[in-house]
Amino acid sequence: MSGALTIPAILCGMSTPPPELGSMRIGVVKESAPGETRVAATPATVKQLTGLGYVVTVERGAGEASSFTDAAYEAAGANISDKPDTWASDVIFKVNAPTEIEIALMLDGATLISMISPGLNPKLVDTLATRPITVMAMDAVPRISRAQSMDVLSSMANIAGYRAVVEAAHEFGRFFTGQVTAAGKVPPAKVLVAGAGVAGLAAIGAASSLGAIVRATDPRPEVADQVKSIGGEYLEVVVPDEDKEVSSDGYAKATSEAYDKRAAEIYSEQAADVDIVITTALIPGRPAPRLITAADVATMKAGSVIVDMAAAQGGNVEGSVAGQKIVTDNGVTILGYTDLAGRLPTQASQLYGTNLVNLMKLLTPGKDGQIVLDWDDVVQRGVTVVRDGEKTWPPPPVQVSAAPAPAPAAEPKPAPEPKKPVSPAVKIGAATIGVLVFLWVLATAPGELPQHFTVLALSIVIGYYVIGKVHHALHTPLMSVTNAISGIIVVGAMLQIGDDDAVIRALAFVAVLVASINVFGGFAVTRRMLSMFSK
Amino acid sequence: MTALSLANAAYLVAALLFILSLAGLSKHETARRGVAFGIAGMAIALVATFILVAKSEPGIGLVLLIVAMVIGAAIGLWRARIVEMTGMPELIALLHSFVGLAAVLVGWNGYLEYRDEPNDLPGDAGTLLDIHNAEVFIGVFIGAVTLTGSIVAYLKLSAKMKSAPLVLPGKNWINLGALVLFVALTIWFVVSPALWLLILVTVVALALGWHLVASIGGGDMPVVVSMLNSYSGWAAAASGFLLGNDLLIITGALVGSSGAYLSYIMCKAMNRSFISVIAGGFGIEAGPSDDTDYGEHREITAESAAELLAGAKSVVITPGYGMAVAQAQYPVADLTARLREKGVDVRFGIHPVAGRLPGHMNVLLAEAKVPYDIVLEMDEINDDLAETDVVLVIGANDTVNPAAAEDPTSPIAGMPVLHVWEAKHVIVFKRSMAAGYAGVQNPLFFRENSQMLFGDAKDRVEDIIKAL
Repeated sequence: MSGALTIPAILCGMSTPPPELGSMRIGVVKESAPGETRVAATPATVKQLTGLGYVVTVERGAGEASSFTDAAYEAAGANISDKPDTWASDVIFKVNAPTEIEIALMLDGATLISMISPGLNPKLVDTLATRPITVMAMDAVPRISRAQSMDVLSSMANIAGYRAVVEAAHEFGRFFTGQVTAAGKVPPAKVLVAGAGVAGLAAIGAASSLGAIVRATDPRPEVADQVKSIGGEYLEVVVPDEDKEVSSDGYAKATSEAYDKRAAEIYSEQAADVDIVITTALIPGRPAPRLITAADVATMKAGSVIVDMAAAQGGNVEGSVAGQKIVTDNGVTILGYTDLAGRLPTQASQLYGTNLVNLMKLLTPGKDGQIVLDWDDVVQRGVTVVRDGEKTWPPPPVQVSAAPAPAPAAEPKPAPEPKKPVSPAVKIGAATIGVLVFLWVLATAPGELPQHFTVLALSIVIGYYVIGKVHHALHTPLMSVTNAISGIIVVGAMLQIGDDDAVIRALAFVAVLVASINVFGGFAVTRRMLSMFSK
Repeated sequence: MTALSLANAAYLVAALLFILSLAGLSKHETARRGVAFGIAGMAIALVATFILVAKSEPGIGLVLLIVAMVIGAAIGLWRARIVEMTGMPELIALLHSFVGLAAVLVGWNGYLEYRDEPNDLPGDAGTLLDIHNAEVFIGVFIGAVTLTGSIVAYLKLSAKMKSAPLVLPGKNWINLGALVLFVALTIWFVVSPALWLLILVTVVALALGWHLVASIGGGDMPVVVSMLNSYSGWAAAASGFLLGNDLLIITGALVGSSGAYLSYIMCKAMNRSFISVIAGGFGIEAGPSDDTDYGEHREITAESAAELLAGAKSVVITPGYGMAVAQAQYPVADLTARLREKGVDVRFGIHPVAGRLPGHMNVLLAEAKVPYDIVLEMDEINDDLAETDVVLVIGANDTVNPAAAEDPTSPIAGMPVLHVWEAKHVIVFKRSMAAGYAGVQNPLFFRENSQMLFGDAKDRVEDIIKAL
C-alpha cells in the first residue's frame, strides 16, 4: 500500500517489528487528577514506541479527553486493558504526578515517567523513594540543546502561551487586528507580554499573527532578537551602571533593585496604554515576581484583559486568583487559569507524548525494548529523581548557556596568532634582487631571448587583467577554453613532425595526436557547456 | 611574402583572438562569442602551420600530421560529446595531462633534433646551444610534472584512487629536494648535455608531479585543478621559448596566469595560503577537536520538508559536491521550477569552492536548465540569507559551517562561508552525520533552526517533489 511511507513508519524504520521476547511493557494510564485532559501517549507515539521494541498497553478510556479513541490506539498496535493491569506494566507513562494509591499499584522494579516537580514536591519524592522503583521527572530535563526534544516544560509552555492569547481574545471585546471598514476604522489591539521565555514567545507569535501590536519585556537582553523575529517589539529596561543580566542556566534570574524600579515604571506606563497584558514571569524555586500592581490595573481601560500565567506560583499581577476569572471594579478582566496547556488537550498530549518518545529513544540505545540507564549522561542523570528506591534528587548542577552569551563566557583559547606580515624592508629587498637578476639575465641573454621575455611578461599582465573580469559562474568554461588553447602546443609538434629522424617523427606524431584531442575536445565541450547556460 | 612571414602574421592574429576569447568569457551574454573567437584563432594558427609544413616537408610528414590530427580530433570530439557534466573535473584534469605529455615530447624532440648537429642552430652556436638546452630541460620538467600531476588528479576525481592525501614522511622535503635536484641537473646538462640526464630529469619530474598531487586531499581539488591548468600553460610557454615561437609563449602565459588567478581565488575562498594547500590537507594542520557537546540534531521527513517549502516565501539552495555525487541536479531543478510556479522566490547560493572544479556547481545547474540569473555567488546572497524562510543545504558541509565565522579556534576559522544559519529554517540533506572534508564537526546541524534529512540527496529531493 502506498500509505506505508507515513511519517511514523519512516521514523521507526519498520512499521511494526515483532515484539522480542522479554520486551518491556509500557503502560499508558488514565489521568486521575480532576480536570486533567491530557494523556501521556497518542496513537502516533504508540507506533514509535513499538518501533523501539516495546509492548504498549493503554488503559481503557485514557485518551478520551484528548479525542483519542481506544480503537485508534488499538489500530496503532497497543493493547487496551483495565486499570490494575495497566499499572502493573514495567514502565508507566503518566502526565501528572501519581497519588499515593497509584504509587502502591506499581510493581517492584518498575519505572515511572511523569511530571513530578521534584523541587516543589519534596514530600512526593520521599514517598516515591519508599518503593523500589525508578522515577523520571519529565519536568527536570536539563536545559541543554541536546535535551530540547524532551523538554516538557518548553512544549507545555509553548501551548500555554498560545492558549493565553486565545483566552484573552475570547474575553476581549474587540478585534486584535486593525481594519478600515465601511463602518469605520478599527485600531489594532495593543498587547504587552511580560517575559519572553518559551510561553512568552509563543504568546507574542500568536498575538502578532492575529494582527495586534505586541510589545515584550524580559530581563535578559539577549532575547531581543527572538522577540523581533516573531513580530514583537522589545522594550529594554535601561539601567545605568549595571551589568546586563546574562543567564547561565537558561532561566531568568531575580533582578536587582535599580532594575526593578525602572521595570516597574515601564509596566505602569504600558498598563495605561495597552489593551491586553500577558504575564509569564517565573523564577525557578521562588514565588512569581510581582510585576503589575493593583494601581497599574486601576489605570487600565475598561474591557482590558490580563492573563496571569504565573497565577499558580502566586501571580505576576496583584489581584489575580489561581484558576479563576476576576473582573475588577474598573472593568478589567484578570484570568488566572492554571490549566492553559490542558485546554488544548489533543495538542498537549501529542507534544508530551513525543517528548516521552524522545526520552525513550535515548534510554533505548539498542531499540530492543529494554531501558538502559546511562548514569554518566547528564540528561538521564538529570531526569532521574529516584533510582531503585534511592532518592537521587537534586542532580549535580549542569552549567549550560541556553542563549548565546554576549561575550563568550568560558575563556576561548587565544586565537591563533596572525601570521607576521613580512616586513616591507624584506619585501623591497627581495623585489630589488629579483629585478636585478631579471635585468642581468635579459642583458646577458643573446639572440631572441629578451624579445621572448618581453612577450611573456606582457602576456602575463594581459592574462591577469582579462581573467580577473571573468564571472565566477563561468570558471569551468574558462578552464576548458584555456585547456583548448593551451593545445596550441600542437603547433610546436607540427613543426617537428617533418624531421628525417624516425624517433623524432614518432614522438611528434604522438604529441600532435594528444594535443589535437585537447584542441578539439576543449572547444567542443566548452560550446556544449555554454549552450546550457540559459536565463 | 614567404610562408614563414605569413605564418608569423597569422600567429599574431591568433594570439589576439585568444585574448578576445578569454575577455568574452567575462559575461554570460558574450561567452559564446568568446569561444567563437578562440576557435577562429586556433583555426588560423593551425592552417598557417599546416601551410608551413606542407611547403617545407611535403610527403610522409604531412601524411603523419593529417593522420595524427584526425585521430586526435575524433577522440576529442567524441569525449566532449559524451562527457557527463558531473564528470567535467575528470575530463579537464585529463586534458591537462595531454598538454603536459605534448610538452614533454616537444622538449625531447627539441633535444634530439640538435643533438648531433648543434651547428644547425641559427646564430652564435655556443651560448645559444646552452640556452637551448636549458629550455629543453625546463620545458620537459614542467611538462612532466603537469602530466603525472594531472593523471593523479584524474584518478582521484574519478574515484579510481583514494582521495585522501598521501602522507609520506618529510614530504615537503621530498618536493623541495626534487626542485633542487632539477636545478643541479639543469646546470649539469647545460655544461655537458647527455641523453641520460634528460631521462633522469624526466623521471624526477614525473615522480614529483605524482607525489605533489597525491599528497593533496579531494576537497582541495579546485585548487589543484586550477594549479595544473596554470602548469599546462607554463609548459606551453616553455615550449614556445624552446621553439622561438611567440604564439606559444603568449598563449602559455595567458593560460598560466589564468590558472594561477583561479588558484588564488580558490585559496582565498578557503582562507588558506597556496603553500598550505600544496603542503597537505586540513587534517594534518590541526586535528579536529571533537570533545565538544554540540547537542542533538533533529530529523525531518520529506513530507514535512515539502510543507515547509510550500509555505515559504523565499528559498535558497546551497549545493555542494554531494549534489554532484548523487546526480541530484535534475530533481533539484525540477523542485526549483515547481516552487517558482507556486510563486516561491527560489535562488541558489554558490560557494567558490563548492564542487571539485571552479564553477562546477554552475555548470551542473545550467545542465539541469536552472536559469543562471537565480544562481548567485556567495557574496551576492549572504546578506539576504537572514530574510530567507528556508535554506536547503544539499551535499555541502564545510562551506556552510558556522564555526568558520564564529569559533576562532576552529581549523577553518576565517574561511568565508555561506551564512545559512541566519535563515529561519535550514534543511540539511546528508547521507550521515560524518564530518566534511576539513574533518571539522559542523555545529550547524545542531542548531535549533536546522533539521536533517538523511539519505541519498536525489531520492530525498524526489520524495519532496512527490509530496508537493
